[in-house]
Amino acid sequence: MKPHTLSVLVENRAGVLGRVAGMFSRRGFNIESLAVGPCEEPNMSRVTIVVNGDDGVIEQVMKQTNKLIDVIKVSDLTKRESVERELALIKVAAETGPFRAEILQIADIFRAQVVDVGSKTLVLQVTGDTEKIDALEKLLRQYGIKELVRTGKIALLRGAKTVKSSK
Amino acid sequence: MKTGAKTLIEALQREGVDTIFGYPGGVVLPIYDELYDSSIRHILVRHEQAAAHAADGYARASGRVGVCLATSGPGACNLVTGIATAYMDSIPIVALTGQVPTGLLGNDAFQESDITGITMPVTKHNYLVKDAADLDRVVQEAFYIARTGRPGPVLVDLPKDVSTGQVLEGAPVPGTVSLRGYQPTYQGHVRQIDKALDLIANAERPLVYAGGGVILSEASAELLEFVETAAVPVTTTLMGLGAVPGDHPLNLGMLGMHGTQSANYAVTECDLLIAVGVRFDDRVTGKIETFAPNAAVIHIDIDPAEIGKNKVVDVPIVGDVKAVLQALLRRMQKRGDTANWVSRINAWKAQYPLCYRDDDHLRPQYVVEQLSDLLKGEGIVVSEVGQNQMWTALYYCFKKPRTWITSGGLGTMGYGFPAAIGAHYARPDLPVVDVAGDGSFQMNIQELGTVAHYQIPVKVVILNNMYLGMVRQWQELFYDRRYSYTELPAVDFVKIANAYGVEGLRVEEKAGVREALETALATDGPFVLDFRVEREENVFPMVPAGAAINEMIGVRQE
Repeated sequence: MKPHTLSVLVENRAGVLGRVAGMFSRRGFNIESLAVGPCEEPNMSRVTIVVNGDDGVIEQVMKQTNKLIDVIKVSDLTKRESVERELALIKVAAETGPFRAEILQIADIFRAQVVDVGSKTLVLQVTGDTEKIDALEKLLRQYGIKELVRTGKIALLRGAKTVKSSK
Repeated sequence: MKTGAKTLIEALQREGVDTIFGYPGGVVLPIYDELYDSSIRHILVRHEQAAAHAADGYARASGRVGVCLATSGPGACNLVTGIATAYMDSIPIVALTGQVPTGLLGNDAFQESDITGITMPVTKHNYLVKDAADLDRVVQEAFYIARTGRPGPVLVDLPKDVSTGQVLEGAPVPGTVSLRGYQPTYQGHVRQIDKALDLIANAERPLVYAGGGVILSEASAELLEFVETAAVPVTTTLMGLGAVPGDHPLNLGMLGMHGTQSANYAVTECDLLIAVGVRFDDRVTGKIETFAPNAAVIHIDIDPAEIGKNKVVDVPIVGDVKAVLQALLRRMQKRGDTANWVSRINAWKAQYPLCYRDDDHLRPQYVVEQLSDLLKGEGIVVSEVGQNQMWTALYYCFKKPRTWITSGGLGTMGYGFPAAIGAHYARPDLPVVDVAGDGSFQMNIQELGTVAHYQIPVKVVILNNMYLGMVRQWQELFYDRRYSYTELPAVDFVKIANAYGVEGLRVEEKAGVREALETALATDGPFVLDFRVEREENVFPMVPAGAAINEMIGVRQE
C-alpha cells in the first residue's frame, strides 16, 4: 500500500470532476489528494490524483477511471520518472520576539517565503514534495499553526515524455 | 427554424427508434406535442419505472437500443431503478427526461431533481442539454455510447426551454461519432489469442463459462462452434442462458449459487476455465478463493475493468466476444483430448439431474416444465426476481439467445411484467410469458392497465405461494424458520386482472396446469394465470452464502 500519483487528462466540461470523484467514492477508492486545473490543451483539464492501494486496487482505479467517457487518458506517474510538487500556505502564530526569529530561520532552511506579516502571525508559502511540506508542518506545530492549506500534489513526467491523449 | 422537440424527434428517428415507453408531465409537454403526430409509437405505461423496464425488455429481446421518456423530478426519479437494472446487466437504453428550464436549474424549482447527478453511478454516461443546437449531436452520441463497447444506459436530460428552443432548419447533422475519451477495443490481441489457444490445446479438463456478454455480442453461433470444435463443455451464467441450447450435450446448464451440480463440480475440477463475457459475480463464484481452484483462466471481455477485478487471470483478452471467438476459431490448430473429461461430466449429468418431488401436489417446477414443453424454446420468457426466477432458469429449456429476459445483476423485483411488455414490441411475432411470484408481480401490477389498454398479449404466470419465497427460503434455512415479514395474504389476482379488463384463471390442482397454460397461450390478448403452488417449496441446488460452489445443499452428495 503506497501512494500512487495518477495524471488524468479529462474533457473540460461541467460535471467531469463530479464523475471522477463520485466513481472513486462509490468504489471505495481512497483519494489522498486531488488537484485540478487547465492544461496545455484548451478543451482539456489535467487532474492529479494521489490514491492509496495495492497494485490490484490501483489497476482497478485506472481502469474504472478510464471507463468514464469524459476521461481521455490515465497515467500512473509513480512507475515513471516524474517531478512532483505541492504548495502549502501556513499561517503560524509568531508574536514578536525570539519565536518569530526562529520561525523565519526555519522558513529560510525550507526555502519557504513569507507572504504575509501580521503583528501576531506570519503566513509562509512553501513548495516541494509531500515529505518536505510534512516536515515543515511538523516543525512549525510547536509555535502554533493557526491555519494551513495545501494544493494537493501536481506532477509531470521528466524529460520530453508527456501524458497526452492517445485514444 | 424548428423547435428543439422536433429536432429531438427527428434525431430519434435517425437512430431508428420506432417505439418509446413513457409517461407525460409538465416539462415534457413540448416533446409530447411533437410525438402526437409523429411516426414513433408511444406506449403509455402506468408508472415511469415500467417505462424504463419496458425499454430494457425491448433492448434485450431485439438487440436494439430501448427508449423511455419521463418528465422531470418524480418522473425522472421513478426511472432510476429501471436505469440501474439496465446498467448492472449492460443493457443499451436511452432514457430521456424533461428538466426545468435552464434558468431555474439549481433553484429547487417545481418538479426539479438533479437527475444527471442522481444517475451518474448507474449510467454509462449522461447529458444535461443546455442548448437546443446540441440536440442532434447529443442524441447521436447517446445512442452510440449506449450500444457500442460494453453496452449500457445513457440518460439525456432536456430542460423545457431546450425543447421549445429554436434550431436552424437543415443544420448539418454530424456524421460519425468521435469521442476521444471513448474508444472500445473490439479485436483481441493476437498474441493473447495464441496464448489462449496454447492452453486450450494442452488442457485435459477445460470448461467454458459463458455469460451475458455472449448474448450482447450476438456470438451464440460462434460460441457453439467453438464448444463443438474444441470439444469443451460449457456452463452459462443466469445472463448467459440461451447462448447455447439448453439441451446441447456439452451444456451443463447454469452454474453458481443455484447452479446445477454437474456445472458446479465441473468448475471446481476443471484445469482450464475459459470465461467468455462474464464478470465473476459473487452469485456465480461463491467463495472466490475456491472458485475454479485448479484452473488456468482465460478471460474474454470487452470491458478491461472486468478482467482481473475479482479473479486473477492468466490470459486476459480484451475484445468483443464475437470477434475474439472468431479469431480463436480461425487460428485454432489443435484441440486438447477431452474425451475422458467429457465422459466424466456426462456421468455427473446422469447421476445428478435436477430433481424435485414430482407427486400430485402443484409444484412450481412442474409449471415451468410444462411451460417449457409447450413453448419449446420458441417464445420469450421473462421472469421476476426470486424463486420464480431461479425455477425458470433451471427448469425451462432455453434454446436461443434473447429468449430469456431477467434482471440478473440488480435483481429487481417488479422487472418482469413491464420488461415483457417491451419484449412484445421488440418481437411481436413471438409469445411472451412473464413467470412471476406473487410478491414481484404486485410491485408493478399497475401495468395490467397498460396491457389492457393496448391489448398486449403478455401472459403472466404467477407461481403464487403467498410468500416472498426466496427470502422465506433463507429464513427457513438460516434463520430457524422465523418468517419475519415474508408472508403475503392471499390476493385474488384473477379479479384484479378482470377489473382491468384482462382475462385470468386460477389453478389449484396439478392436473389443471397444462390446460390453463394452453388456454392462456391460445388467447389473443393478455392473460393472468394464478397458480396456487406448494407454499414452502425451495430452490435447490443451493450454495449457502460464503461457501464454495461445490458445497451445495438440497442435493444428493457426490
